[in-house]
Amino acid sequence: MAIISKDFRALRLDNVQRDFGAFNALKGITLDIARGEFVALLGPSGCGKSTALNCVAGLLPLTDGTISLDDTRIDQLSPEHRGFGMVFQNYALFPHMTVARNVGFGLAMRGESKANIVERVAEALRLVRLEGQADKLPGQLSGGQQQRVAIARAIVVAPPLVMMDEPLSNLDAKLRLEMRAEIRRIHAHLGSATIYVTHDQDEALSLADRIVVMRQGEVRQVGTPEALYARPATLDVAEFMGFRNLLPGRIDTGTQGAAAVVTVEDTSCTGTPVGPLQPGAVTLAIRPDDLSPRDDGPFAAHVEQVEYRGRAFFGIAATGRGTSLHFHSPVRVKQGEALRLGADPDRILIYGAAP
Amino acid sequence: MTDAALPHRAASASLRQRLARRGVDATTLLVLPAALTILGLFVYPFLEGLVLSLLPKTGGTFSNYAKFFSDPFLYQTIPTTLGIAVPATLANILLSVPVALRVRKMKRQRFLTTILVIPITLGTVLVAEGLLNYLGPQGWLNRTLITLHLISHPVRLVHNYWGVFWSLVISGFPFTFLLTLSYVTGIDPSLERAASTLGAGPRARFRTILLPLMASGLAITFCLSFVQAFAVFPSAVLVGSPAGSTRVISIAAFQAAYETYDDSLASSIAMIMAAIQLVIVVLVLAGRGFLYRGPASGGKG
Repeated sequence: MAIISKDFRALRLDNVQRDFGAFNALKGITLDIARGEFVALLGPSGCGKSTALNCVAGLLPLTDGTISLDDTRIDQLSPEHRGFGMVFQNYALFPHMTVARNVGFGLAMRGESKANIVERVAEALRLVRLEGQADKLPGQLSGGQQQRVAIARAIVVAPPLVMMDEPLSNLDAKLRLEMRAEIRRIHAHLGSATIYVTHDQDEALSLADRIVVMRQGEVRQVGTPEALYARPATLDVAEFMGFRNLLPGRIDTGTQGAAAVVTVEDTSCTGTPVGPLQPGAVTLAIRPDDLSPRDDGPFAAHVEQVEYRGRAFFGIAATGRGTSLHFHSPVRVKQGEALRLGADPDRILIYGAAP
Repeated sequence: MTDAALPHRAASASLRQRLARRGVDATTLLVLPAALTILGLFVYPFLEGLVLSLLPKTGGTFSNYAKFFSDPFLYQTIPTTLGIAVPATLANILLSVPVALRVRKMKRQRFLTTILVIPITLGTVLVAEGLLNYLGPQGWLNRTLITLHLISHPVRLVHNYWGVFWSLVISGFPFTFLLTLSYVTGIDPSLERAASTLGAGPRARFRTILLPLMASGLAITFCLSFVQAFAVFPSAVLVGSPAGSTRVISIAAFQAAYETYDDSLASSIAMIMAAIQLVIVVLVLAGRGFLYRGPASGGKG
């Protein structure tokens, strides 16, 4: 019998709020998650993403708002009655139980028959590729194996929703990449919805169908990985999505269209406005990956620091007024070398706010 | 290899090196004060007591032991003492677990812990004194009940089994509670959260997660609390009935030593006490072998 999640259409968070004393950890989150969808909650530490997850799991009561599964409100239910699967950051495996008993715990709590438990535990362990480890204690497993036990334990009950709270943060870089692929594969197999909390934008980009960027307890942007990567809606989302160069500038005429000319320091360049802009102060956002030496580049600078990272050289250059620019170069540049840096106009985003 | 390479240094260095290889170096000397204390204050008196117990006033080597186990007035003190110490210890543990589970989730944990621990500083005599004042025939409780016409004669609450029992519970609870609290707080809270997301309600979480992870610690707690309770003396005399239902083994030893001046018999009784405690502790610790004893956290956190 294959583990396939229960049927449902959507999980809906409506104006979900959570306070800790006077601190608003969540300031009204509204979000729909469809069956089969992989949603990543992305944001820096303290942005409320784990709080949101714990609210959905029922581990934290809401201060205000509702959570419903299809037409049923679930925010008043205790976690044991919600039937969601959760993978904890530290895995939270029961140290006194074997792998098989850990994985079978949820089934035992649901009063399943022994034969049924054995069969489904075996199936879940096969799914996470841990056959043959069933009789070990969690302490005898490596970090990656423990992580997969935690996943097997969460999915064996075929939950409509699987939640993962930074599940890869304790693993080394290589294992992280492997487990990413595993998580994606398991998600596709189950057909359940997955909410995945992370502060790692690479992880979110590679795993999710939809990314929810959170900051200071609010949702700042919801979109596909492609949309978020190319067009962050606000300056702080852009900063979080890897736009390391944020330059103050001015525009003289308001814009609504595709391109605008911005005065930056003593030069000017053409960029792409994000939303309508008023004349006045603006901020340019450019990724280091998009800023490179080119003869017609608008920014005259000299190289301060450079390091080789395999596919390219990455460096920091200072403009005449001392502004640091993070750039990349396919060919070696030397420290102290004078160069001109530029980027394609559609890779220079213009936001109507000071950095 | 080093010895062969440096033959001229081998003689001077070898002893120190060989000791160091076994983990013995100058730091090891720091053990000396503790070792001397144990030898002087524990091992020596114990051995002297053992020898003394084998040199009875009259009769053969083991006649004291034979006397103890043939005289019901003496050997009955064993079930009497166990009958007080075991229930009191179990009561303390049964009381400590829920209190510790609750205290662990409280914000003013330190304040509450301080209040609960105060009885430990009082000592058994003061606790017995307090019990007499509160629960004695002329105590506040009886007088209040009589004033309220709920009873016509004072209820006998002390100078019997229950007086000693409550005295042991009061003086033993802080100790049991502190030990239990440390085991309970050592359990990773995310384990309970994980269990709840998997469908385990509060009872199931206690049964499947908390209890198994605490069990081994509770066994240790039982041993330590039991040994304390088994040696009960002041409260057995002050709030018990030392000639009857609370004639515990330490009273028998006291009477042998200071009423009949038979040091040898008193030593024998002390040895028997030690042996009984040892048997119980060994049994409990052996049982602990069947329990889970590993870490109480849920992964590489």
